[in-house]
Amino acid sequence: MEIIDILLAASFWEAAIRIATPLIFGVLGALVCERAGVLNLGIEGIFTAGAMAGWMAVWLGAGLWGGVLVAALAGGFFGLIHAILTVPLGLSQHVSGIGVTLLATSLSYFTYRTALPDVSSPPRIIPFQPLDIPILSDLPFIGQALFSQTAMTMLALVLVFVTGWVLYRTPLGLAIRAVGDNPSSVEAQGLSVYGLRIGAVVVGSAMMALGGAFLTMSAFDAFFFGMINGRGWVCIALTVFASWRPGKALIGALLFGAFDAFQVRLQTEVGAFFPSQVFLMMPYILSIIALIVVARKADYPKALLVPWFKGQR
Amino acid sequence: MIRFEPRSNPGPILVYGVPVFAAVFAILLAAIPLALAGAPIMDAYGLMITGAFGSVFSTSEMLTRATPLILTGLAAAIAFRAKLWNIGAEGQLYMGAMAAVVVGTGVIDGPSWVMIPVIMIAGALAGALMLIGPTLLKTRMGVDEVVTTLLLNFIVLLFVQMMLEGALKDPMSMGWPQSEPIIDSAILPPLLERMRVHLGLIIALVAASGLAVFVKRTVWGFEIRAVGENAAAAKFSGISVTKTMILVAALSGGLAGLAGVSEVAGTRGYLATDLSPGYGYAGIVVAMLARLSPVGVIISALFVASVFVGADSMSRAIGVSSYLADLIVAMSLLCVLIGGFLTRFKVRFDRRKTAG
Repeated sequence: MEIIDILLAASFWEAAIRIATPLIFGVLGALVCERAGVLNLGIEGIFTAGAMAGWMAVWLGAGLWGGVLVAALAGGFFGLIHAILTVPLGLSQHVSGIGVTLLATSLSYFTYRTALPDVSSPPRIIPFQPLDIPILSDLPFIGQALFSQTAMTMLALVLVFVTGWVLYRTPLGLAIRAVGDNPSSVEAQGLSVYGLRIGAVVVGSAMMALGGAFLTMSAFDAFFFGMINGRGWVCIALTVFASWRPGKALIGALLFGAFDAFQVRLQTEVGAFFPSQVFLMMPYILSIIALIVVARKADYPKALLVPWFKGQR
Repeated sequence: MIRFEPRSNPGPILVYGVPVFAAVFAILLAAIPLALAGAPIMDAYGLMITGAFGSVFSTSEMLTRATPLILTGLAAAIAFRAKLWNIGAEGQLYMGAMAAVVVGTGVIDGPSWVMIPVIMIAGALAGALMLIGPTLLKTRMGVDEVVTTLLLNFIVLLFVQMMLEGALKDPMSMGWPQSEPIIDSAILPPLLERMRVHLGLIIALVAASGLAVFVKRTVWGFEIRAVGENAAAAKFSGISVTKTMILVAALSGGLAGLAGVSEVAGTRGYLATDLSPGYGYAGIVVAMLARLSPVGVIISALFVASVFVGADSMSRAIGVSSYLADLIVAMSLLCVLIGGFLTRFKVRFDRRKTAG
């Protein structure tokens, strides 16, 4: 049957992992912020900023990894703004996050337009190339599906393990999880609630920005207006779906990537019967369904959205 | 060591002055990107002011731009009052516009005093339903409304696109994906001859005053405020939180839907996917600048509209990217957030640590 053929093709899984990569960065970033108790709705703008800043750095002559670093710094910068507003000042995390998204998006667009005032077609860079690892890349199936991805996909996979290890195997991770559940207990340990929360938001935002950078420096080779197109919001939904666990985040992003790659292929099979928009809606509808499925048992970090002030219990 | 002390009773100067100061500060901050873009700063500010207020035409353009912003600002204000985080005004606006097109392009016809209310009701209903869905998911199943309303924006835009290429497509549009024009009797008439500012502005002003009275003077308004301030306490005192939330959703979504009606039947005359340059999101900024007060929304919508129209005309004149307007609007949101903090807390610089 045709569906089985689609699912068994290495090129299908190659596409699924490619689509999942920016989501892996985004969900990991959102998860780190939320585990520390801060919802970061700046994610959509931070994706845009990472995409623009990383691309721009490479276009101005930096190396590809230099661009990745610039993207992470840009993400960290906007994360710091969100962190200052929501942690020591304790302002609404929803509104501050939307504000950071508006700021990061408009600043990225303004910078791009100012640097390139009259280009009709977006200039291109030479992006990350598919890896060619001896032996591994030549393996049947998995060689094409996994080991011929770019270095940024490998970075995303490594980050899943690093994030999981830090969160569950180190004292720092214990403190981050505690600060999102019961900040006063962290304070009683003599640790800084503000420091942990701000640090987590900055690092998480830097990770989100890498998701944006992947789009302009690996999946494509140019920056377009509106190219993020809700990917950040999808990550917020997937974070709930993943119950704030890095391993489940990987699975959720891969499932999502597989479904998206599948609907693109389905479109070529049955596209004549449905308008293309039906397929384009799928990722968003799928995200909402994912939220509904886990809503009943979603185990939100207990202090998520709750500001904490020093000297007050 | 910096400490924050709560203020017991911030005076009127703080309460009303801080949003104004935040807005002015955001405009002044725009000097930095202007300077980095190599623009003459003073000229740029001058051009922004004349662009928004320099002539009857430019003021009419500004008021035209303010009309949907008042309505989406009210939509955000009433929802945020009840802590219903409706970030979906953009999608509700498009659904409202589409409903207006469905009933307002010739299916039914009548005099203006029938047709205008008909398309308004259709648009408000469509917008309201768009928000009642996510609200029910929130109250019944605990699904976070922030993410669902955000994602619905994208779904609605694709849906509108699909309809404009299908059932609602204008056969006379030479292949452009746009709807048939709204019939003359349903068009919101212009308020001034040869100007674009239209009846939608009056509708928006009436909506703002009506909402102000509703929130302040009715039992339902009181219940909305009570739920927003402390849902648990409101529930304990016998207020049905679910019912109140659905009322808020109907109001908020309905107002955003009206913004779509006003744009499609007042400003544009037909529906296309570029109907709104983000009025739904800008409405959040408008509401926050107004400190969620319905009357304040009018003033802050005028401010945001002046920024958009002024910066647009300035950027055309001296070749600076018009994204500067979005940048100023975003910065004023963050400034007013910080300003709101400073009205509630005093900042104290403690020397005790260094002394002792």
